[in-house]
Amino acid sequence: MSEFDVSERVASVPPSGIRKFFELAEERDDVVSLGVGEPDFTAPWRAREAAIDSLERGRTSYTANRGTRELREEIARYVERFDLDYDPDDEILVTAGASEAIDLAFRALCDPGDGVAIVQPSYVSYVPGVQFAGAEPIPVPTRAEDGFALTPEVLERSGAADAEMLVLCYPNNPTGATMDREGLEAVAAFAREHDLTVLSDEIYAELTYEGEHVSIASLPGMRERTVVFNGFSKAYAMTGLRLGYACGPADAIGAMNRVHQYTMLSAPTTAQHAALTALRECDEEVTSMCAQYDRRRRFVLARFREMGVECPEATGAFYLFPEAPGGDAEAFAEGLLEAEGVAMVPGDAFGAGGAGHLRVSYATGMDDLRTAMDRLERFLDNH
Amino acid sequence: MDRDELLDLLSEDARTPVADLARMLDADEETVRAELDALEAEGVVRGYRAVVDPGRTADERVEAVVELDVTLDRETSYEDIARRLTKFDEVVGLRLVSGDYDFAVDVEADSMREVSRFVSDQIAPVPEVTKTVTHFVMQTYKEAGIAFEDGEDDDRLSVTP
Repeated sequence: MSEFDVSERVASVPPSGIRKFFELAEERDDVVSLGVGEPDFTAPWRAREAAIDSLERGRTSYTANRGTRELREEIARYVERFDLDYDPDDEILVTAGASEAIDLAFRALCDPGDGVAIVQPSYVSYVPGVQFAGAEPIPVPTRAEDGFALTPEVLERSGAADAEMLVLCYPNNPTGATMDREGLEAVAAFAREHDLTVLSDEIYAELTYEGEHVSIASLPGMRERTVVFNGFSKAYAMTGLRLGYACGPADAIGAMNRVHQYTMLSAPTTAQHAALTALRECDEEVTSMCAQYDRRRRFVLARFREMGVECPEATGAFYLFPEAPGGDAEAFAEGLLEAEGVAMVPGDAFGAGGAGHLRVSYATGMDDLRTAMDRLERFLDNH
Repeated sequence: MDRDELLDLLSEDARTPVADLARMLDADEETVRAELDALEAEGVVRGYRAVVDPGRTADERVEAVVELDVTLDRETSYEDIARRLTKFDEVVGLRLVSGDYDFAVDVEADSMREVSRFVSDQIAPVPEVTKTVTHFVMQTYKEAGIAFEDGEDDDRLSVTP
């Protein structure tokens, strides 16, 4: 077999650290997985029905590059709940998942060599996205003792002041951390002082269990330098429909749309119809899913406490990020998987600051959570 | 302790152990136990039952929904009639409804003949009852919020970012 000449830029980016663990978990069929980064619920029936209906009506063509007018208007109305005000004409872009939108932002807003400060532990796509765009990732490791919230000290110490851009995600994957207004104000002040563009991934905004979600873009002087990302995957359990969006100043969204129109053309049409109905009619389902996540969160936190597993009080998304007993997360996760068939993801996979921790997803039914906690307890007793 | 949330949890799964209810509610077990006792004592929680799919049991019991028209007079109210009807074991559900008829009665017995006999011998002769329409249940697809189907597959990958 010939060795194909892959670009250096791609070859230099390692495959996702999660992959290895996925393969280990797939080898067994009795695994109770707390390693899943998507909801266990299915999309609300009304939204699915809207998708079916759109197919029945033969709506199988492209939409406008930026997404259907109706959907952008509905998104503009929706984000008002986070004190955000965007013009559906030129400040909102509908994409194939929030992931596409984030990739577009790196490509459209970074120049080669630009420093991009990435708050970590983080979702696995930011660093490769920055590298694919030819920019330079600067890890900003948050700390367990801060509950994995971002502080100006951490920003200062990691050299973020010299960056052009800051990427943050709260509520956070993988730590479940959220940030309140006060914390975000300090970050916003840092961003203004050092003239940073901010990419704020708020895909888990609805899954905030204590207090209200605050968008950094709603703080004074931040709207003009921030692009906000959100989507339907987490709150509406629509991961496979691949639909997200970005909101930001017209020139940023315009630049992102330039890349989008030549690559994606438009986000999936069927999914856009489902999303419109989701926004209009599915608030109750979101509330109900959110309430169930919150109960599971409290359940797992209580079990951790009883077992003596140290875990910061995570108040968002559907993840907990406990310390790995013994300190070596990878060894612990592999041992637990082998002995008890419970999958948790070693925190190292999520970048700096993740070592020694495990990502535990509670996007899993109560029965499985109970089983997983019982098995974890047995494993801890035996080791 | 949030009573509504406890009721939500019980409505979803009444078999949840008290220890788990306490964990989910961020309360201690004693508090939860006391609240459960209070809910029962106050008649807020009237019972805990399994939701059985009759199509998957050997049980041949027959269910019917009976529409009931009644007339009221100065001495007789809906409550009076309801009180009489609830006494029958065959009446497993009884609701006063709006619309074309007055009561919707769920009747259960061992055979169609028994249901028919019960309606004609016990319900129809009640003086206030002016009309009955009996609908035998042919198939139940959903009850108490639980659909009687195989459910949807969880086809998620075991580990995803």
